[in-house]
Amino acid sequence: MAQDYTPVPAAKENMGQPIARYEALQKVTGAKIYADDLPVPGRPAYAWMVTSGIAKGRITSIDDSAALAVPGVQMVMTHENRPPLGDAKTFSSGGLAITELAPLAGPEVHHDGQPVALIVADTFEAAREASFKLKIAYTEDTPTATFGSPGATQKNLKEVNPSFEPIRFNDAGAALAGSAHTIDSEYYTPIQHHNAIELFSTTAYWDGPRLVLHEPSQFVWGLKNAAAEQLQTDSETVRIKSPFVGGAFGSKAAMTHRTALAAMASKQLGRPVKLVAMRDQGFTHSGHRQETRQRVRLGCDASGKLTGYDHTQWEFTARTTPYSNGGLEKTAAMYDFKAVKSDNYVVQGDRNVPTFMRSPAEVPTVYALEAAMNELAAEAGIDPVEFRKMNDTRVDPVKGVPYTSRSLNQCLDAAAERFGWSRRNPQPRSMRQGEWLIGWGCSMAMYPTQMSPSTARVTLKRNGTASIEVAAHDVGTGCYTIAAQAAGERLGIDPTRISVQMGDSRLPPGPVSGGSISTASVTSAVANACDRLNERLGLPADATADQRRAAIAAMSMPELDATGSWFPAELDQKAVDALYEGGVRIVGGSTDKRAMYAFGAEMVEVRINERTREVRVPRIVGAFAAGHIMNPRTAHSQYLGGLIWGIGSALHESTEIDHKRARYTNDNIAEYLIPVNADIGEVDIIMVPEVDDEINVLGVKGIGELANVGTPAAITDAIWHATGIRIRDLPVRIEKLL
Amino acid sequence: MRPFHYDKPATATDAVTNFRPGAQYFAGGTTMVDLMKLDVMKPARLIDISGLEKGRYDFIKWSGKSLRIGALTPMTKLADDDKVRARVPMLSDALWLAASPQIRNMARIGGNVLQRTRCPYFRDTSYEQCNKRKPGSGCAALDGGVTRHHAVLGTSDKCIATYPGDFAQALVALDAVVEILGEDGPRSLRFADLHVLPEARPDRETTLAPSDLIIAFSIEDADFPRSKYLKIRDRESYAYALASTASALRMDGNTIADVRLGLGGVATTPWRAREAEAALRGGPATEAQFARAADIAFAGASTTDENAFKVELGKRTMVRSLLETARMEG
Repeated sequence: MAQDYTPVPAAKENMGQPIARYEALQKVTGAKIYADDLPVPGRPAYAWMVTSGIAKGRITSIDDSAALAVPGVQMVMTHENRPPLGDAKTFSSGGLAITELAPLAGPEVHHDGQPVALIVADTFEAAREASFKLKIAYTEDTPTATFGSPGATQKNLKEVNPSFEPIRFNDAGAALAGSAHTIDSEYYTPIQHHNAIELFSTTAYWDGPRLVLHEPSQFVWGLKNAAAEQLQTDSETVRIKSPFVGGAFGSKAAMTHRTALAAMASKQLGRPVKLVAMRDQGFTHSGHRQETRQRVRLGCDASGKLTGYDHTQWEFTARTTPYSNGGLEKTAAMYDFKAVKSDNYVVQGDRNVPTFMRSPAEVPTVYALEAAMNELAAEAGIDPVEFRKMNDTRVDPVKGVPYTSRSLNQCLDAAAERFGWSRRNPQPRSMRQGEWLIGWGCSMAMYPTQMSPSTARVTLKRNGTASIEVAAHDVGTGCYTIAAQAAGERLGIDPTRISVQMGDSRLPPGPVSGGSISTASVTSAVANACDRLNERLGLPADATADQRRAAIAAMSMPELDATGSWFPAELDQKAVDALYEGGVRIVGGSTDKRAMYAFGAEMVEVRINERTREVRVPRIVGAFAAGHIMNPRTAHSQYLGGLIWGIGSALHESTEIDHKRARYTNDNIAEYLIPVNADIGEVDIIMVPEVDDEINVLGVKGIGELANVGTPAAITDAIWHATGIRIRDLPVRIEKLL
Repeated sequence: MRPFHYDKPATATDAVTNFRPGAQYFAGGTTMVDLMKLDVMKPARLIDISGLEKGRYDFIKWSGKSLRIGALTPMTKLADDDKVRARVPMLSDALWLAASPQIRNMARIGGNVLQRTRCPYFRDTSYEQCNKRKPGSGCAALDGGVTRHHAVLGTSDKCIATYPGDFAQALVALDAVVEILGEDGPRSLRFADLHVLPEARPDRETTLAPSDLIIAFSIEDADFPRSKYLKIRDRESYAYALASTASALRMDGNTIADVRLGLGGVATTPWRAREAEAALRGGPATEAQFARAADIAFAGASTTDENAFKVELGKRTMVRSLLETARMEG
């Protein structure tokens, strides 16, 4: 039988070793412990969160008598009887709460699925049974569901985010008017939900004044401080344990209502309380990627050089908390534009608050830019790969700052060679096999290199082993293994002899695991701690492995530790101090000093049945350059997952919403479609070597959110190439091609 | 979950004679347990028929060109049966293209044909309106709801919920007969008469009495080597049909001697396109004829803005399925 697995990618220039992640065997055998699996002291009680079945209105009465009469039921908490809570700031105000709305704040209902009661019982089954017997009566108002719904209100992003500036770089209108070729297109991207396999769970218990929370988290120090703020307790008394995260993609960064609900219930009952939002509740409990509308006008001169670029984005968000991703300052940095204009609006309705979702701003905005690039290339009669190469830039044209490194053209060349792009007949509907139309498309992928301050403690033992402690998070990326590799390189120790602890707020603070910042930030702090250890051992920076071994063996104490810290060049020590209060300082993309981005090129083949129009993706090639690659194996895994995600984003993923009721209808993973194995053909990944000595200690660019950016533009272009039909609203479903 | 009683009778006769109101049979439980968790089905008593008489109802028997299949046969077993694959590939296809391997291993074919609709307003009790779940409460789908997946054939002004299954399209096309054990003893029923149109009472989905137990399906003439099931959906596997066709042809030279058509994903019940079959019988197997038959099959369609595409997609699916069937060895 043919071997059908991906071989371990070899390390190329400027790459670490492709070692397997430490926990691989435990993960594939189910032995690994996640937050909800951690043992608790004593017999836990089980909570069921009752959520609203309307999107807008008011609770008029609650009758909990029948629910309380179910044997085993311990409590029913509603807005009428919940203990007082403090305010919790949202992310945009420097906090971590997903919404400005406090849990069980009052009788008003602001969105579908809003928690309206918590039932706690000795067993899960009793809590669930009681939920059927809790009587809540509402008066219902007409909700606003999405774009075009009655009652939707539009604001300039500047009104809700004062730091936002619309871009006015030269005169884009004039530049477009004077262009030889222009396009003017509108795009739509849908609501998407993360749907991590691990559900949103929280287990809470108190030991006197001390609160322990077992909760999968992308930011344990942030959650510890945010939970303390909401529960009005000292953050030093709160501990978060989240040893591994079973998928997050942004959905486990913010603090949701369940944290305070479980903590309050546990305090009242004096025993541990376990709370899990069910799959359907997960659609409204944390956030989602909000739907966008975008209009792009783009022009080039007769030779194909870009002229003006005018991009407007409308994001649909919540009335309660106008979360926005923005992102147009990043698309404006991508090519050698002569003039740029961009505007961003938020449109508000009666919905739960959106949140970060893998490449939050980039997935929608780069899709629109890259789809426009493909359309303009076709309009100008230029090959789309060549068109991108001829408009490459060494500086962010708007900010005028240089890229620290940029290897887009190398990625385009590498992908084109592997894909066989030169054989593409530019004519639409020119390729077919039997009744299957064939099309090829391409796109750029990019992600800003973002970094955050981090600390880390490294302990060196005389027996030649070491340990690392940092409150970073392994969200499935291999972060434990990479931290050990960073220390191993610095200390001259085999990484398998270095143990790593993460995911516990007792550890020295690390950054939020979002924005693809972990590897760059954590390895920089680990390297700093190792440098301090080397100094204390009296070792020069260029010490040989033998010198290091000798120095360690000669240590007078059994162990030696050092706490290191690191912050990006744009920040100072204060940003490190802020970590201890759960503060988030992220620097990346274009600053006033430099432009920092990772790039990629993606090429895809689609096959479309001429009659029934289903779209298949037999092969995709992605070439990526992202500075120093710590571990080609885990990097390959990130790129692989990203490309598959990108295919899903183009063809499958979409949360359907009832326009009359403002409620999500496909809130389960049978009908919220992501690609299955059978949808994925050949996925070919090329890691293009790139050196960036300036960006951070190890020259690392984050890659977790790179590969799924741009893919939908490559696929829609391939669909156009196959059929002659331009689809500008995602996902591409069969009915759009009939 | 609500508390319930659990029985595991030894024989089919015990199961039927001890049946009480409010009880529900289950074998694989792949639809019913989900719906119990969602509080859509609230049986007071579950009667586990998965082990009745040590596999007596788990069988595939051929007698000449007649086929008889026990109701407790797992989907996987029937799908993978060599003789079924060779003699009537449509039956096997319809099972392979359904659900996931885990579900196919658990689910039995008797329960398979009784699976409930995926209409979101039926499956979520927080919606007040659902005539199928709460007779007389209205239809949220028709009242401004999401209807992309809903039916275009066999609908009523009370309900447009789609029958979600695949296997039933093959059974209805093959003139299958349902063998039932009821309180008054055994009887049989044309498969085509098992499901009923929603009309004024979408809560009534079949002609079975609650205590009726399906014990087997029989197909008098199951010899259709030139047959297939084509399923068009939003992804390659593990998705419900947007449109599907079970098609079988018997040729007499270039003339269609017999043709069978079952349509899935587009109708409120398993759907036999009899008028389209009549238009094809005795004529040539050409694309033009197939297209004409497809127009006939969907002539009575009733659509919403979101599901109107199913008429065109349904026709194209039927034509493609017939073309591919015609190219098969027969």
